[in-house]
Amino acid sequence: MEILMIFTSGIIIAVATYLFMTRSLLRVAFGVVMLSHGVHLLILTLSGLETGAPPLLTENAEAYTDPLPQAVILTAIVISFGVTAFLLVLAYRTYKEHGTEDLEELRGNADE
Amino acid sequence: MKTNFLMLHTITRIVSFIVLSFSVYLFFAGHNAPGGGFIGGLMMAGALILLYVTFDAERINRVLPFDYTAIIAIGLLLAIVTGLNSYLFGDPFLTQYFEYYQIPFVGEVELTTALPFDLGILLVVVAVALLTIISIAEDVS
Amino acid sequence: MSLLHFVVLAPFVMAIFLPFLYYKFRSIHTGWFLLPLPLILFIYVATYIPFGGGGMEAVEHTVQWVPSLGINFTVYLDGLSMLFALLITGIGTLVVLYSIFYIANKPDEPLNNFYVYLLMFMGAMLGVVLSDNLIVLYVFWELTSLSSSLLIAYWFHKEKSRYGAQKSMLITVSGGFAMLAGFALLYIIAGNTFSIQEIISQADAIVQDPLILPAMLLILLGAFTKSAQFPFHIWLPDAMEAPTPVSAYLHSATMVKAGIYLVARLTPVFGLTAEWFWILVIFGLTTLLWGSISAVRQTDLKGILAFSTVSQLGLIMALLGMGAAALHYDFIETETMYYTATMAAVFHLINHATFKGALFMAVGIIDHETGTRDVKRLGGLMAIMPVTFTVSLVGLAAMAGLPPFNGFLSKEMFFTATLNVASLDIFNLETLGVFIPIVAWIASVFTFVYSMMMFTRTFTGEFKPENYEKEVHEAPAGLLISPIILGSLVILFGLFPNLLGYTLIEPAMQAILPGITPVGEQFYVNIYHWHGINTELLMTVAVVLFGLAIALNLKKWAEAAFFQRERDPLNRAYDFGLDQLVVQSQNVTNFHMTGRLRDYMLYMSVFIVGLGMYTFFRYNSLDINLEGQGGIPGYAILVIGGLIASTLVLPFVHKRITNLVLLGVIGFLVALLFVIFRAPDLALTQLLVETVMVVLFLLVFRHMPEITKEKKAPLTTTVKALVSGAVGIFVILTGLSVHALRAESDITPISDFFIENSVPLAGGYNMVNVILVDFRGLDTLLEVLVLGIAALGIVTLIKHRLKGDEDV
Repeated sequence: MEILMIFTSGIIIAVATYLFMTRSLLRVAFGVVMLSHGVHLLILTLSGLETGAPPLLTENAEAYTDPLPQAVILTAIVISFGVTAFLLVLAYRTYKEHGTEDLEELRGNADE
Repeated sequence: MKTNFLMLHTITRIVSFIVLSFSVYLFFAGHNAPGGGFIGGLMMAGALILLYVTFDAERINRVLPFDYTAIIAIGLLLAIVTGLNSYLFGDPFLTQYFEYYQIPFVGEVELTTALPFDLGILLVVVAVALLTIISIAEDVS
Repeated sequence: MSLLHFVVLAPFVMAIFLPFLYYKFRSIHTGWFLLPLPLILFIYVATYIPFGGGGMEAVEHTVQWVPSLGINFTVYLDGLSMLFALLITGIGTLVVLYSIFYIANKPDEPLNNFYVYLLMFMGAMLGVVLSDNLIVLYVFWELTSLSSSLLIAYWFHKEKSRYGAQKSMLITVSGGFAMLAGFALLYIIAGNTFSIQEIISQADAIVQDPLILPAMLLILLGAFTKSAQFPFHIWLPDAMEAPTPVSAYLHSATMVKAGIYLVARLTPVFGLTAEWFWILVIFGLTTLLWGSISAVRQTDLKGILAFSTVSQLGLIMALLGMGAAALHYDFIETETMYYTATMAAVFHLINHATFKGALFMAVGIIDHETGTRDVKRLGGLMAIMPVTFTVSLVGLAAMAGLPPFNGFLSKEMFFTATLNVASLDIFNLETLGVFIPIVAWIASVFTFVYSMMMFTRTFTGEFKPENYEKEVHEAPAGLLISPIILGSLVILFGLFPNLLGYTLIEPAMQAILPGITPVGEQFYVNIYHWHGINTELLMTVAVVLFGLAIALNLKKWAEAAFFQRERDPLNRAYDFGLDQLVVQSQNVTNFHMTGRLRDYMLYMSVFIVGLGMYTFFRYNSLDINLEGQGGIPGYAILVIGGLIASTLVLPFVHKRITNLVLLGVIGFLVALLFVIFRAPDLALTQLLVETVMVVLFLLVFRHMPEITKEKKAPLTTTVKALVSGAVGIFVILTGLSVHALRAESDITPISDFFIENSVPLAGGYNMVNVILVDFRGLDTLLEVLVLGIAALGIVTLIKHRLKGDEDV
């Protein structure tokens, strides 16, 4: 299971990297979403997927899954939501100001 | 031509209420079951967004006359103040306390300082989600 | 916290409140609010003066700052610190008083800026001289550079001010940076301590260390840039664009002496090495000579004073170097010859502060009242400005080294010191030492010449009213108070030099040359005018004769090419260097900063993969273990398969709504995976975030166009695919290695703590939530802070945009 999941996150992150390198600002935003998915899954996987009970002590189980990575990922999900929202608005405003969302056309000169 | 959204309006009225109540439940359940500030907040934001999508913004603003920017500040302050409160007892910043109380008719209730902290988080999450979406939606220029 | 800490901190505290006073009482000149502070500090520090004689006990107080790194805010007050603290606060009081009349309280004059910078400087400078910790000293040191630069650029609408400010900043801060490296070396050599006193206490061992030379050179670089030693002196003349009170305060009396202070402070550490002696003497004498010769060429009064300051700083630096030779002899011999140099350095430090301060203020008055500082236009002011004339005369005579003023005494001592050193038998002085008095003498001649020049061309000659834009008259009384006080001190110290003997000079010398007085014995400073007819006196007479001869014939030389080049030739090197720095860094930037996000991502990805791969092979950490896979349930395979499939389709879809649908599918599949992996909180959060995100994307779509189609460029597409593939493979390899490591070594997760303590410590059963709100509450708090900042950014982007055509 872990091996499979590692490969899955690898593929997701590769696709995210690809999307980052495209010309459309919107697709870059998609890339950010994908990257966070990939990283979240990777963190969860690397902490071990031994099947214990969900980390709720009311379950009275013998073993629980590791709660710490879950807490970390929960934080990460919310943060990546904030970042994505900001990036989207940035893309939107850029388009409003410059009439394009093509990164190639948005290129500035360093001397400007 | 004015499109009639009767179905949507009717369903939204019922559904948003249910979702709102559920979000409140999730928030309070958070300490002991899945839920908490983030999830409750996102759920609440979802319900409110549903309202905004269905009805026009003017009407919603009449019912919910909140300044979401201020709510972010209030949420943050609430979280910080609950954290500072532990200084009163000489503990490090953000030490949380809890105690079980017997309340008539309700039975044993657990009161924690984590709850107002979580409430602060909920407020920020709700306000951020709504502020983002409303800002874009209202930007007509 | 002791009172001494407050001496350092008080100016900073005052700086916080000053702007409020400025805006609240706009009709009162802000300087008046400030004036009591340096005065009180001066009086407080003065209480430490050992009026009864017998040396002084050092005072030390420590406040812990970063004890784990050995960085503590320790104030240490001994004779040397006290001398400097008195200079800073004393001259500070006079300068503030002077500035009140110098800078008029006009409505558009940002007095609050001026005084806040001045306070910042005062506090920082006090911090430099009172700190015992090298790192704290460094922080204050750079703060003085910063405030000096801000003060030079006070009239920032003038281009020359900005140029001067930038120059002083670049030179002093880069020197300071080298000094920090030197301090770090010293820290290592001295066995992990930043405390100057502790370092001094092991000076004997430190001198043996091979790292001593680099440490010394780096620290001296800092001291030389700060104290305007050749060839770093070029910033000081350009710093004269600052308002004159600033020039008088920072650029002659205090800040430029920080380097002197540092050298004096560290003399016990480095003084035993021959390099210390020679570097200080050679650089000091070169600066002395160069400065005095350059000063003769200047036509701006402040320019003359600036180069004069440069040369006098060189003199003090050289004296400190010579004084260090005394450390080679034990002090049983009571002969004064070994410590005359140090005594002269300390004495001249005080004298220079008094006469140069008075001269700067007098020049400021001339500038203020006539509107020019150009000696070609000035002349004949003797009768019109009698008070200014008198003060200047006293100051100039002291500067030229004429009796009975204090400058004469220190110059005599300087000659004595050079002659003494030339007769020492260490450091090859037998052969080379003879040059020292000669250079000193030549420099003194030029010092006399420029002093004469300032006097004759400003005050004597014919008064030409048409040269001035305003009516010339004597300055108001307020402006004259400070220079008169300083001028009186010049005379007072000249006539009664022994007033300073055991009060200031002796304690300072104890700090520079520890062990100068054997325990229980007292060290007497006795300075007097008449030594009988000896070499020094003859040298002075020769200086006066030669100086007069040159000064009187100056007109004949005025056409010489030497006099036409007013600007220091070293400036060309600086300007060229600065231009090249800009041009070259622009070239480098233009080369790799293409403005394409794609390229930046490419750099980062390639670098990360390269670094990771290097680590794998360097530490042989690549470890793949595909064993031990339990059965994977069918539904999991379905979910993961769907996830991989929709991910792989994503780059090939160019319709944004399809993209969004795919993204939604992926999000929900990830949420499902969270369910499978027993993370209910995560699944809920993921679902809700996905919902909100879809609304957000749709909203943005309404305003934005369809995704532009990539122009087909097979090569770049291949490169992109290759690089992202490499990133993917790198992530997979890392993941596999971590997984294998987990399987092989028996690592217990730290989360057992949370499982055990969730209920007893936090009273919650949902461990994820308990971690979020309780155990790791600070993370969560900062996280919502990030969210809040993001939201504020969004609101700013949308609602508060710039008006008009401004580029966003």
